[in-house]
Amino acid sequence: MRRLFDDELNDIDANFTEMGMMVSATIEKAVKAFIDHDRELAQEIIDNDAKINEREVELEQKSFEMIALYQPVTSDLREIVTILKAVSELERMADYARNIAHATIRVKGHVRVPEIEAQLSEMGNRVRKMVEEMLAAYVKSDDAAARAVAAKDAKVGEMFDKINEKGISKMERHPETVIGSTDYLNVASYLMRIGALVTNVGEWIVYLNTGNIIELNPESSNLV
Amino acid sequence: MSTILTTENLSLYYGKKQALKGVNMSFDEKGITALIGPSGCGKSTFLRCLNRMNDLIPNVTITGEVNFNQSNIYAPTMDTVKLRKEIGMVFQQPNPFPFSIYENVVYGLRLAGVRDKEQLDAAVEKSLKQAAIWDEVKDRLHVNALSLSGGQQQRVCIARVLAVEPDIILLDEATSALDPISSHTIEMTLLNLRHDYTIITVTHNMQQASRISDRTAFFLNGELIEVNDTKQIFMNPVKQETNDYISGRFG
Repeated sequence: MRRLFDDELNDIDANFTEMGMMVSATIEKAVKAFIDHDRELAQEIIDNDAKINEREVELEQKSFEMIALYQPVTSDLREIVTILKAVSELERMADYARNIAHATIRVKGHVRVPEIEAQLSEMGNRVRKMVEEMLAAYVKSDDAAARAVAAKDAKVGEMFDKINEKGISKMERHPETVIGSTDYLNVASYLMRIGALVTNVGEWIVYLNTGNIIELNPESSNLV
Repeated sequence: MSTILTTENLSLYYGKKQALKGVNMSFDEKGITALIGPSGCGKSTFLRCLNRMNDLIPNVTITGEVNFNQSNIYAPTMDTVKLRKEIGMVFQQPNPFPFSIYENVVYGLRLAGVRDKEQLDAAVEKSLKQAAIWDEVKDRLHVNALSLSGGQQQRVCIARVLAVEPDIILLDEATSALDPISSHTIEMTLLNLRHDYTIITVTHNMQQASRISDRTAFFLNGELIEVNDTKQIFMNPVKQETNDYISGRFG
């Protein structure tokens, strides 16, 4: 039997995925702008953040409306709850991308460390790819894929440690890089937090399919 | 918790049409079990088997067993009047007898030969209080029960069942003819009674089942598809049919 609820669920689902792509593109741009010292692109990201926040509010309102009007149960309820929870994770990812954009604007003119920038670029690409893969797992409601993506977060943690180590040793040896390197460390920690938020989305995909609330990476759950 | 009622391979035929297909179910003492399912799924038929209400319908054949406190209620020695006192029923349409509220409530006791006025008075007060209608009618116990509103009549019917101190109360869509406020009052009444009685209710109102019942059983085409804690049924049922029905995909 075709239900009105299904049509609305499809809409909200599509909007959620669309917002996810927006966030993924924002992260990509944020890393690129930081590496390229592109202040214009960084400003664009900052200006665009309000739009992502609006998306979040729209999706939340629509979810509340559907809960009130249709009183969904079982898998219907889990779909709405998943969107409601995961949309906040997406919005926070975009906030971290915005923080990276702010760092881009600040870092201009400071002494640069190409080595660390290369590592940040690699870390950024990895995180963005995780975002995309997690969205694909959501679209397919594939909790096995969600678990696989979350498992990639350990590597992100390692990358963070390396950048951290290198940044600090750089600061010790070359005090003129202190201001710039502090932002490198900030950007690395923003990327790491995005990785943890991707894991959270994965946890909601597992909930969507199984009804169980679990932690995919218990050791990193205190990062966000 | 001990088991008070079980059905074993319970089947029922209206003529040649099989309406119940080998239902095995057990009920623990106390609490509310909701029976849900689309029209014609057998849930009311099943409920009526539990105190032999289907005996009154011609051309009905019942096989299998219904064991109440370990004895088969379909055994030839079973006294159905006594059985229906122990397993009472409330129907969809409030059906008070056309006499006073007081006489409605004591009807079963008089039938059982109770004559003592004090005893009858005490039973009336206790039952009407349990049915959450005492405060509304205590000053007019001798008016005709038919002069009450539908919701009040239904609570008098519940009091009438309670007066004979049953073990089990069966409700066959007992709130579906009532407005939301009266339904709510009955729901609150049932939530109080569930501590002392085993309540089995058939309902088409899914929200009602999820609000008040401890356990929910889903019937489809005469079969018991799934029975579990209500939370489990409404959040994460095991069977696809259950999921589809309660989320409104069919039915």
